[in-house]
Amino acid sequence: MALLEIQGVTVRFGGLVAVNDLGFAVEDGAIHGLIGPNGAGKSTVFNCISRFIRPDAGVIRFSGKELACEPHEVILRGIARTFQNVELFRGQTVIDNVLLGLHAAGTVDILRGALRGRGARAEEARLRTRAAEVLDTLGITGYAPGLACGLPYGVQKLVELARALVSRPRLLLLDEPVAGMNSAERVDLAKTIRRIRDELGVTVLLVEHDMSIVMGLCDMITVMNFGSKIAEGTPHEVQHDPRVIEAYLGEDAENAPAC
Amino acid sequence: MNASNNDAASPTIIRRAVSAISSPGGRLASGGIVLVLLPLVTVALDRAYVVYLYDLVMVYVIVALGLNILTGFTGQISIGHAGFMAIGAYASAILTGRLGLPFVMAMPLAALLTAAIGFCLGIPALRLHGHYLAIATLGFGVAVSQLSAVWEGFTGGYQGMKVPVASILGLGFNSDLRYYYLALAVTWLMLAAARNILRTRPGRALMAVRDSEVAAQAMGVNLAKYKTASFAASAFYAGIAGSLYAHLVKFISPFDFNLGVSLTLLASIVVGGLGSVTGSVLGAVFMTLLPHVFSRVKNLPLVLTGVSLIVVVLFLPHGLVSLPWRLKQAAARMRTRMGMRGATRRGTA
Repeated sequence: MALLEIQGVTVRFGGLVAVNDLGFAVEDGAIHGLIGPNGAGKSTVFNCISRFIRPDAGVIRFSGKELACEPHEVILRGIARTFQNVELFRGQTVIDNVLLGLHAAGTVDILRGALRGRGARAEEARLRTRAAEVLDTLGITGYAPGLACGLPYGVQKLVELARALVSRPRLLLLDEPVAGMNSAERVDLAKTIRRIRDELGVTVLLVEHDMSIVMGLCDMITVMNFGSKIAEGTPHEVQHDPRVIEAYLGEDAENAPAC
Repeated sequence: MNASNNDAASPTIIRRAVSAISSPGGRLASGGIVLVLLPLVTVALDRAYVVYLYDLVMVYVIVALGLNILTGFTGQISIGHAGFMAIGAYASAILTGRLGLPFVMAMPLAALLTAAIGFCLGIPALRLHGHYLAIATLGFGVAVSQLSAVWEGFTGGYQGMKVPVASILGLGFNSDLRYYYLALAVTWLMLAAARNILRTRPGRALMAVRDSEVAAQAMGVNLAKYKTASFAASAFYAGIAGSLYAHLVKFISPFDFNLGVSLTLLASIVVGGLGSVTGSVLGAVFMTLLPHVFSRVKNLPLVLTGVSLIVVVLFLPHGLVSLPWRLKQAAARMRTRMGMRGATRRGTA
């Protein structure tokens, strides 16, 4: 059964059509790749799912129900995400960043926080236990008390993943998860993503430019170019699709003289 | 033998005492004792008027703390915080003086009213960022000050209005010394509440709004809710401070809450440390005492305020609160440089 369904989604920025009548479905329990050359509209699709952008046309359904909520309510539906250029809370510690991933799981407001009664303390302890658990799963417990902004880029990416994972989402949106990492870190992270799917049962939708990672990791791939879907299928099918080869190599051929 | 035994024993006692004081609980207790004894010692040294300054410092500690919640922790600037103080002060004065409400009820009511107005100001502020928010809050501050001057029937206009002595269960806080302990209790409560908020879920949400609005929303933080709540909480603090101020000086007029006060408040959290509870305290102490210490030379405090602001922004961007850490860092750098010099000398020799 499809966990996420996208049907006829169109997004226009002024005269530019960023996403054009796009439709695809992410099966429950799949690792689904969304690829395409730069400017194909992949991040715009992510931002539609996160409700930062409201599509001009089309429907997005999550587990059978239409996603028509405010951006801050998306996580309550069971969708968590990471960002293309790491969006950590730079002024806060790693553990506080991960605790923010549990914001939706908590209820303590300013007044109850100020009084810090028994309920507030119990909730805080519960959230902290859960956050520590996820840091441990990703092997970054040692960084917990440090500020997020001073960390190596690869670790920042892991912290962001921990922050997304901590809320126990059903769907995880990863926007270029391995960008900026070295090859060893890339292989490790690919293993981690697979483990997240296999052991935690989280469905993953990812945008990625590293083809070896995408082809090795994904069960299904949707290829976009200029806002439209040009191909869909297993990694093997997509790799041999002439339209995909044209989209990528055509782009390379155009860029070649400039380099 | 005996002598050497004693020598060995006494440092242990000192060490034990030091470690007892420097433990978190010990530090709190010893700090509390110092704060309780401070005005008594001051009075004993025949410096009773200084106790009034202590009271004033605490008023500004509370309002600076509130402003830091909004500006330092939530990232929303306000250049009109004296306006909130004015609302708290006038509300408390009117509730006790005209309506005869007891102080213990008037203070929280005045603060709640200020918080409600802060919440209302927070709604249009949702659409404003950076400079535009600065201008909007500036306008608010000036408007409140003007309104309190013009609305004579209510506030006494430029003539000002008298404020009754605060009293709780018949105990009147009519001297600066008595008022000190009232202010200390209120300040302690407000500090504890701020710390509690900032260490738990709502505090993290406020800082998330400051650090990345996009990521905050993706984590489920309702921007509108937390921005308006931050305005309300910040105004609540200013309202408490305003009420405390009114019953301390017992006479208020629009001049007490003009634009200069708003700017000094902003300066004090920048000097003390944005996004730090301790920084709010340090900044408020610094900015309140500065004009009184250098009051003999005309305009000198103003110049010093400007100079300290520039020095902090240039050399200590995280404020006075980061000074010990910066010094430690500088010392470590010196040490490595000395070490390196020694090594090269040895090398050349």
